[in-house]
Amino acid sequence: MGSISVNRRALIKRAGAAGLLTVPAVGALTSCATGGGDENKAEKGEKSAQNPLGVKEDAPLSVYIFNGGYDDEYAKYVERMYSKAHPEAKVDHKATEKIATQIQPRLVKGDPPDVVNNSGADNMEIGTLVKNKQVADVSELLDAPSWDDPKVKVRDTLVPGVVEMGQFGGEACYQLNIASTVYGLWYSEKMLSETLEAEYPKTWDEMLALCKKAKSKGIAGWTYAGQHPRYVFFGMYSMIAQAGGQKVIKAIDNLEPNAWKDDAVLSVFEAYEELIAKKYILAKSDGLDHVESQTEWTKGNAVFIPNGSWVENEAKDTTPKDFRMSVAAPPGVDAKGKLPATTLYAPPGEPFVVPAKAQNLQGGLEFMRAMFSKQAARNFFKEVSSIPAVKGAIDGLDLPPGVESSQKAIEAAGDNVVIAFFREWYRTLFDDDFNAVAGKFMKAELSPKQATSELQKAFDRVAKDPDVTKVKHAD
Amino acid sequence: MRWRRLSLGEQLQFVASVLVPPRFTPERVRYDRRYRTIDKYRFVAWFLLLPLVFYAIFVISPFLQAIWYSFTDWTGGATANFVGLDNYTKLWSDEKFWDSLVTSLTLLVIAPVVTLALGIFFAYMITAGGRHRRNQAISGVVGSSFYKVVYFFPQVLSIAIIAVIWQRVFSSRSGLLNGVLGGVGLEGAEQSWLGGDYKLALGATLVVLSWSFVGFYVVLFSAAMGAIPNDIYEAALLDGAGRATTFFKVTLPLIWDTVRTGWIYMGIQALDAFAVTLIMVPKHALKVTPVYLYNKFQEGQLGYATAIGVVLLVLSMVFSLLVMRVGRRERIEY
Repeated sequence: MGSISVNRRALIKRAGAAGLLTVPAVGALTSCATGGGDENKAEKGEKSAQNPLGVKEDAPLSVYIFNGGYDDEYAKYVERMYSKAHPEAKVDHKATEKIATQIQPRLVKGDPPDVVNNSGADNMEIGTLVKNKQVADVSELLDAPSWDDPKVKVRDTLVPGVVEMGQFGGEACYQLNIASTVYGLWYSEKMLSETLEAEYPKTWDEMLALCKKAKSKGIAGWTYAGQHPRYVFFGMYSMIAQAGGQKVIKAIDNLEPNAWKDDAVLSVFEAYEELIAKKYILAKSDGLDHVESQTEWTKGNAVFIPNGSWVENEAKDTTPKDFRMSVAAPPGVDAKGKLPATTLYAPPGEPFVVPAKAQNLQGGLEFMRAMFSKQAARNFFKEVSSIPAVKGAIDGLDLPPGVESSQKAIEAAGDNVVIAFFREWYRTLFDDDFNAVAGKFMKAELSPKQATSELQKAFDRVAKDPDVTKVKHAD
Repeated sequence: MRWRRLSLGEQLQFVASVLVPPRFTPERVRYDRRYRTIDKYRFVAWFLLLPLVFYAIFVISPFLQAIWYSFTDWTGGATANFVGLDNYTKLWSDEKFWDSLVTSLTLLVIAPVVTLALGIFFAYMITAGGRHRRNQAISGVVGSSFYKVVYFFPQVLSIAIIAVIWQRVFSSRSGLLNGVLGGVGLEGAEQSWLGGDYKLALGATLVVLSWSFVGFYVVLFSAAMGAIPNDIYEAALLDGAGRATTFFKVTLPLIWDTVRTGWIYMGIQALDAFAVTLIMVPKHALKVTPVYLYNKFQEGQLGYATAIGVVLLVLSMVFSLLVMRVGRRERIEY
């Protein structure tokens, strides 16, 4: 370092002094981030049989799609349907992976798009949006005639759970999900029937016996996404419901004291403990991320993986042709459960919302009306291979094995489809707290008793937190 | 000389003289000694005016807004109610926050030491670590210009890519690290590096942070070392100083200012560590404070999140001041 002719310290001092002089001026510059108008300038047109929601024909429509696993082609299809029905309207399509980053500021400014696919890792916390009245009640849409048949209301074309998942303890419905996700144990029918010469286990004892058989052939019984241990929930939840019935799972959703300490919950954790203790889980699964664990599974290193129905699409690059991917509800702990063993965890997912301050609010609703048509639902299925949340939309189509098996699981479940609402209402309880407990539990660092009491502690903490808006089941 | 007390009117004239051109400034003020100071600062301020305005709009204003929002219950809606110190009292009893802070502070202490030590070592090897050649008091190790480029590679990569690459390296069943360990017969040392164990995750984070930033410090310290005149080294050599002595008695004291600057810089980078931990480390294994802040932001607790941000701001400032104090030494001019 040579000698410096300008005294650096003095210069910094001067710059600092000058900086201080500007500070008071900043007050004037500080425009509040919470500003924004309050008036609703939503545009409306005349209602008619062709236009039951009263869309203003020339009002532009702005659509924001989450550009993730589903891409955005299916939405463009719906936009074309919209344009056909309302030729004067200009439709603006945007797709992004960062929904919250891009939409949140626009909600605050009062200049939101007309319909938003609020999905992905960067989604906006729906509970907060509802509390802040930033999303519109879509009941008007639910009671409007459906796109396909004017005699049937939109409400009646949706699969069970869609409306419930949009309600937050009241009658109003703030979001509609477009795809059904089937959670359960995923396996290769080929491995099960040919390699292991077995049938899908009906009880937990059969499950353990099957794992033993697989182990003797050098195949692990299970693997799981160890870096996201919350995936274990996908194999656990319907077991909890099966053992304890609606009462237990609603108590969990309602953040009731000791909900997790119920014997039904404990019995499920004990069933898993046996799986872990007998080393039926692929070694070092704890260090795998979701894709790696799926790859181990498609390579045939493990029989079962707790997962959701997106896995067929996500793992398609590594799945052998004759894999015959299948899913089933995990077997019940024992036959004495409150619900049948086919009880399935299958909530609708991929939510859409219409911002309350949307300029073309009616257009946003109309977009959703088109989206929940059979035509759009079939196209959605063709684009993304996910089961649309429209009743009977894909009947008669040629289905890939995973989807076909998902459909069968849904049929087998009948009315016994369960939904973990607490995941929607208190996202971190699942993403963070359950995740952390499951991580330790699957590494055998927590006993079933410790795991459930840790979970209870987390739920109690949220129950006591005055900053968290609470939602409760109506009944 | 004791200065004359100013009357209120004169004080106002002094304040006004900051903006008033000299020719309109009353002589009484203009010939005052204190006016010279004002004149000096004004001179600097005019040159810095444009950057200062930008700085005020894009840096100071968001800071002030953040401090204001940390006293509100803002959730991202149109209203933010003032709630006093509520967010801070909640923070005080928030176990998850403290857990994350312990992690961040551990990184803040260890990462700069490891990274700077490596950086200085590599830089010294590059500039002065080689064999003595004829006519040269010092020279780098063989191939030093090649190393210099290689060390800098990670700087060229985006931090997200670095995190993804290392996530693959650490993978438990197909990762490079376990593969190498198994390959040389150390199966017992194979680990689920990112499998939820806190210490392993902390170690992995430190390795990646150091790996990704060390190249920058190698270049920084190489430049500082290159500016040390060769005659000093020659003199040390004549006095019989070995490589280690030369380093501790000559090189290190002469680049101390740069080391201190680097320390502050690396400390702030370690306190951040946002992208690396968010992308690479499973969240149940380890969470740094900036990631916790981000989670709160995602949950829509924006007021609470900004309160965490303000705590981080205070921490970085305290850290910088401490390093400035502790590291203060007599400046050596050469």
